[in-house]
Amino acid sequence: MMPTCRQVSDLLSERLDRRLRPMERLRLRIHLAMCKACARVEGQLELLRKAMSELPKSRRDS
Amino acid sequence: MTPAVTAAKIDLSELDRHRPYLLKFAMLQLRQKDAAEDVVQDVFLAALKGAQGFAGRSSVRTWLTSILLNKIADYRARAQRETSLDARQEQDAESVDALFQANGTYVSMPQEWRNPEEALGDRRFFEALERCLEGLSPRDARTFLLRELMGLSIDEICKETGVSATNCSVILHRARMRLRACLEARWFAGAAET
Repeated sequence: MMPTCRQVSDLLSERLDRRLRPMERLRLRIHLAMCKACARVEGQLELLRKAMSELPKSRRDS
Repeated sequence: MTPAVTAAKIDLSELDRHRPYLLKFAMLQLRQKDAAEDVVQDVFLAALKGAQGFAGRSSVRTWLTSILLNKIADYRARAQRETSLDARQEQDAESVDALFQANGTYVSMPQEWRNPEEALGDRRFFEALERCLEGLSPRDARTFLLRELMGLSIDEICKETGVSATNCSVILHRARMRLRACLEARWFAGAAET
C-alpha cells in the first residue's frame, strides 16, 4: 500500500538516524517520485541537519 | 565521529575544541548565558579532574556531553526551575498530528525554500533557528540537540536519557517536523517576498 505523507515524513526522519530496510527505501522512493510536498520536505530536513552542525560556529563571524 | 582519545591525551586544547558545542547546547537548554557559561566551566573542571575515568570507550564529545547533562540537571535542581515541565510535555503528543490531515496529507502544503544555501551564510537565519528550538518542549529539545548538535547516536541518547529507542525516534520526528514548519514560517516565507 502507498504510504501517506505522514508516514513518509516518519521515514525521512528515521533515515537520518538509521539505515532503512530495502522495502522502506522502495516505498519512500516511489512516494517521493510522485509527491512534490514530500520531496521538498526531504531536502528541508537535510538543510536542517546541516544548519544544526553549523549552529555552534554561527556567531563567531558576527 | 571523532576518534576515541586516550586519557593521557586529554588536555585543555582538546576540551576547547568542543566548547562551542557544549556552550550552545547549554544555552539552548538553560536559556541563560551566564548559567550556560558556569555550567560549561563546571564540565571542564570535572573533565580535567576525571580524565583518568575516560576510558576511550566513546568519543570525547560524547563523554563531555554526558558530564554536561549531569551538570545541567544539577543546575536545574538547585534553581528548581522544572515546575512547568509537565504541562509542556502534555502538548507533545498532539503536535505532529496537527501538521497532518486525517488522510495523512499535509494541512498546509510545504513550500519551496528559496536560496537555502544562502540562509546558511546568514547569521539571522541561525537566530531564527534558535527561536524555533526554543519553541520545542524541553524534553524534545534535549533529544534533538543530543542527536543533531552533539552528534550522539540513538543508542547513546537512550543510555544518557533513559528514553527508549522507539520513543527517541518519535521525539526526533516530531522535533524535525516542527522545526521545519517553524523555519518555513519564520524565515523562508519572509525571505521569499523580497
